[in-house]
Amino acid sequence: MKLPIFLDNHSTTPMDPRVLDTMLPYFVEKFGNAASRNHAFGWAAEEAVEQARKQIAKLIKADPKEIVFTSGATESDNLAIKGVLEMYKEKGDHIITSSTEHRAVLDTVKSLEGKGKAVVTYLPVDKFGMVNPEDVRKAITDKTILISIMLANNEIGTINPVKEIGKIAKEKGILFHCDATQGVGKIPVDVQDMGIDLMSFTSHKMYGPKGVGALYVRKKNPRVRIAAQMDGGGHERGMRSGTLPVPLIVGFGKACELCEQEMAKDTARLIAMRDRLEASIMKALEESYLNGHPTNRLPGNLNISFAYVEGESLLMGMKDIALSSGSACTSATLEPSYVLRALGVGTELAHSSIRFGLGRFNQDDEIDYTIKKVIEIVTKLREMSPLYEMAKEGVDLKSVQWAAH
Amino acid sequence: MAYSDKVVDHFNNPRNMGSFKKDEEGVGTGMVGAPECGDVMKLQIKVQNDTIVDAKFKTFGCGSAIASSSLATEWLKGKTIDEAQKIKNTDIVQELNLPPVKIHCSVLAEDAIKAALADYQKKADGALIDTK
Repeated sequence: MKLPIFLDNHSTTPMDPRVLDTMLPYFVEKFGNAASRNHAFGWAAEEAVEQARKQIAKLIKADPKEIVFTSGATESDNLAIKGVLEMYKEKGDHIITSSTEHRAVLDTVKSLEGKGKAVVTYLPVDKFGMVNPEDVRKAITDKTILISIMLANNEIGTINPVKEIGKIAKEKGILFHCDATQGVGKIPVDVQDMGIDLMSFTSHKMYGPKGVGALYVRKKNPRVRIAAQMDGGGHERGMRSGTLPVPLIVGFGKACELCEQEMAKDTARLIAMRDRLEASIMKALEESYLNGHPTNRLPGNLNISFAYVEGESLLMGMKDIALSSGSACTSATLEPSYVLRALGVGTELAHSSIRFGLGRFNQDDEIDYTIKKVIEIVTKLREMSPLYEMAKEGVDLKSVQWAAH
Repeated sequence: MAYSDKVVDHFNNPRNMGSFKKDEEGVGTGMVGAPECGDVMKLQIKVQNDTIVDAKFKTFGCGSAIASSSLATEWLKGKTIDEAQKIKNTDIVQELNLPPVKIHCSVLAEDAIKAALADYQKKADGALIDTK
């Protein structure tokens, strides 16, 4: 076993060596521009891009022509939301989303809202982080042009009832965008069955290279149109200009193919490791609380709050394990996780949360090591915590008058 | 964010971690911060003849908060009440090389020192009145 251990696979994933192998010829040897129509260099590049497009489309049950390459999921989210709003502004300006979306969606709609270009409804989630499809239905007005709900949450892994939401969108004739960044490659995704019209996802969350992503744009029933957000050579059927990064796209395609082939095997392994990690920690440490849905969540996700200890100090005590926390101290905004807050998790428990993100390359001995370390550090920091001491003395912490600062 | 070696050292080997009985003679207790804010410090001093002979802390918070309170206990030991009053948060920032986002940890430590001294003073004054 090698240290440090990478257990932060929701932030990014290591690239699969098999992906790198397929990319290498496209840097020096086959360097052509896929838009060059008149020579062999361009043809080779175009062929590689179209092959990747097929691999990607197959994973999500789409047509290759429905894949638009972007720089990543953030760009895909921006393109989908701004592109739809601009294209369909005559129909209306109302967007429905949820309070636990990734910031690439939330900040995009907030910016449109701030400029007076859109009216936005932020749906609440239940205590497991799930959107209720009936809430979506109730929020629809005659001005609604877009529903944007994520497939799986990046912090707590909870999987939304996307198919039900897609059905409602179809019924009402409203476009449905799904930010599926954490879900594609990890759980089965079928854009037909789920009734998705636009879908954002990215290569680096599924063992592919960073810097490339895709937006699925439905071609039939209905044919979705979006306004390009960048002017240029009119690549990607006019929806996204810019020379295609051929090596990255080739890697993205291979990553999708591998995910499709190995999903069943990966899922079984991840769930076994994740459940063992969860059970061992929960058994050894009292007052540890699972955040997110107990079963309906991503195979590699585990998010736990450890009462009476603060998240950043937990991370500091486990220097050789790469993890993430919902604590304010680890965020740029100095606010604890808005996702956990939306679930109704108290601020103090949001500060105490740790996200474990398991991936394809994690091994059992790494999980053993992590279990041991987590138990050690939580025990040590609780010994050091005045809150734990007070709780043990029977003081109700909620009754204490704290001097907030 | 990278931590300074001193923060890491205090975090891994906290000095004077623990508690005195609050009602013990000569003990002053300061508790500052709030769980919702992500940090709570409890700092205690034991005073004999106007000198702090011992100090202890317990902290809920990030590594810098733990290091700041650990350092504070180290500095408090052996100081007189007057000298202890003069410890400033900026001294802690400098010693631990805290980045700007962690300055509030040092402020909290200074508040904890002041609160512990005030609590001791209050108890001492009370004892004085009682004996009169």
